Amino acid sequence: MNKELVDKIKANPDYQELVSKRSSFAIKLSIAMLVVYFSFILTIAFNPSALGTPMFDDSVTTIGIPVGIAIIIFAFTLTGIYTARANSEFDDLTNKIKQAAKDY
Amino acid sequence: MMNRIFLFLILGTVGVFAAGAIEGEIQKQDLNISAIVMFLLFVGGTLGITYWAAKRTKSAKDFYTAGGGITGFQNGMAIAGDYMSAASFLGISGLVYLKGYDGLIYSIGFLVGWPIILFMIAEPLRNLGKYTFADVASYRLRQTPIRTLAAAGSIATVILYLIAQMVGAGKLIQLLFGLEYEIAVVLVGVLMILYVTFGGMLATTWVQIIKAFLLLSGATFMAFAVMAHFNFDFGSLFAKAVEMKNTESLDIMSPGGLVSDPISAISLAVALMFGTAGLPHILMRFFTVSDAKEARKSVFYATGFIGYFYILTFIIGFGAIVMVFQNPEYLDLAKQAVSGGDPILGGKNMAAIHLSHAVGGDFFLGFISAVAFATILAVVSGLTLAGASAISHDLYASVIKKGKADSQSEMKVSKIATVALGVVAIFMGIAFEQQNIAFVVGLAFAIAASANFPILFLSMYWSKLTTRGAVIGGSIGLATAVLLVILGPIVWVQILGNAEAIFPYKYPALFSVTVSFASIWFFSITDKSHDAQAEIEAFEAQYVRSQTGIGAEGASEH
Repeated sequence: MNKELVDKIKANPDYQELVSKRSSFAIKLSIAMLVVYFSFILTIAFNPSALGTPMFDDSVTTIGIPVGIAIIIFAFTLTGIYTARANSEFDDLTNKIKQAAKDY
Repeated sequence: MMNRIFLFLILGTVGVFAAGAIEGEIQKQDLNISAIVMFLLFVGGTLGITYWAAKRTKSAKDFYTAGGGITGFQNGMAIAGDYMSAASFLGISGLVYLKGYDGLIYSIGFLVGWPIILFMIAEPLRNLGKYTFADVASYRLRQTPIRTLAAAGSIATVILYLIAQMVGAGKLIQLLFGLEYEIAVVLVGVLMILYVTFGGMLATTWVQIIKAFLLLSGATFMAFAVMAHFNFDFGSLFAKAVEMKNTESLDIMSPGGLVSDPISAISLAVALMFGTAGLPHILMRFFTVSDAKEARKSVFYATGFIGYFYILTFIIGFGAIVMVFQNPEYLDLAKQAVSGGDPILGGKNMAAIHLSHAVGGDFFLGFISAVAFATILAVVSGLTLAGASAISHDLYASVIKKGKADSQSEMKVSKIATVALGVVAIFMGIAFEQQNIAFVVGLAFAIAASANFPILFLSMYWSKLTTRGAVIGGSIGLATAVLLVILGPIVWVQILGNAEAIFPYKYPALFSVTVSFASIWFFSITDKSHDAQAEIEAFEAQYVRSQTGIGAEGASEH
């Protein structure tokens, strides 16, 4: 890719929109995952008994079980949310940028 | 952009885990006929696929990436297959069997790296690379030093991983099929060489997909059988498990001793994340799909399959507490007579295997045993292909031939490299039979997280990265990881017999990754050479391509 083409693509508002929208989306989702996971790990490190509390008075199922399963489902859901938006909105923008690049 | 890097620098501290390898003395079992028949069916079928794939593997691109025509769903299944090794199936269900909740903590750690890989790594990797992750790392840097370092990191990771898989395979097969250890190791090595040399990535991918399907089906059946036993009520499964463990407390329902202090906890956590994002055999799979869209779908499906699989292993572990624990049929009575307690026949990693017998009889035991064997074969094939690509594509074609090797000779070198790696794996497998290999997978992850990942990540996102920074910083990261593993409790105390570890933590990556990122940063910003200036200027064009895929490798036409 030569410098001229790079500069033209960078000047394309669609490209700027793509990069800023996708970066902020990816960072937000990453932070969401990291916050959830590190909260879990730090709870285990500093206060493990919190997750060992029974859910109801006489049940043996602890709070940790649904929390753990929920983190697995959360991780999968995040990948679904990102993929859905990237494969529609971001890919549409990318295609527009590619089309425009052909005409430069 | 800097925010993103800053975020990773803060969190950029990785540790390492040691997957539950199969360790210790193993008693050889009687020949298991139904397992052998089912395994032969698998081998026959996969060799048929290899024959089919061999006819379609004509160019280097076919060999490394299956022609780039794998769909997102297929690739997701194959990635999940790479991840669901025998060590994670038997090891995690065994950990749940022994410790309950701790097994779930472990599996969550393995899973949460995947969303991050999707958000940060998958697309730029697909848009910039061709066959190996070194393509991306060396995109705007000097080929020879970067490729050499990346290949060293890849080969080290692959060989360490192979040792762990081969030793585990030998012991598992000895136990399940009644074969001699050496025969089992040679058998795995030979089959893997056949799959990879003849069928390349196409055969390796399909072997992985079939195995992933069989493993998920088998695990689903087991979990379903366990839940049916309790009318699909988790409460009564857990209640019965706690009763079987015969304790008033809820030990198996709460976090236990897996992570004892905060440093180890964070180190392990980040190790799992960044280590995964630096495993060459996983990264290589992103080049088998046609574009960034399919690459994203791959991670989405892979995360789903892996997450589902971990929930199954959790149920299987608890099922084993109920149906295997204290069941005289599965107890090692000889060992019990000596040391008391309730030792399980073959060790804790056999919990899932015994449970398969408890819920499905001899036939299903045979099926699960065959699947476990197939799992090892599929995983070692993927590893060997990744190692061979580093040798042929990075070292031979780019470093030795300076990018002027033709496709045919490059493919020939990769086949020779595959055979060589297969032979090395067989010898290492035999040499390490009686060794304590608990540190091996941990070391592989430490290297992946401290050398491969920082170079790859910074080459994608940090414009000021220079060749000098990447080579010196990456080498320091690699050396730190190796050194801290040697000075740590497993090697220094358990293997070398010293009284106290010089480095107190089992998982070094928290420190080695920090060191790696910091040294890459330092040796990059102080690099005022003319080359460095050109490398920084080349970032713009690379970034545009990584974001849009303009100029990226497409699928081959056939």
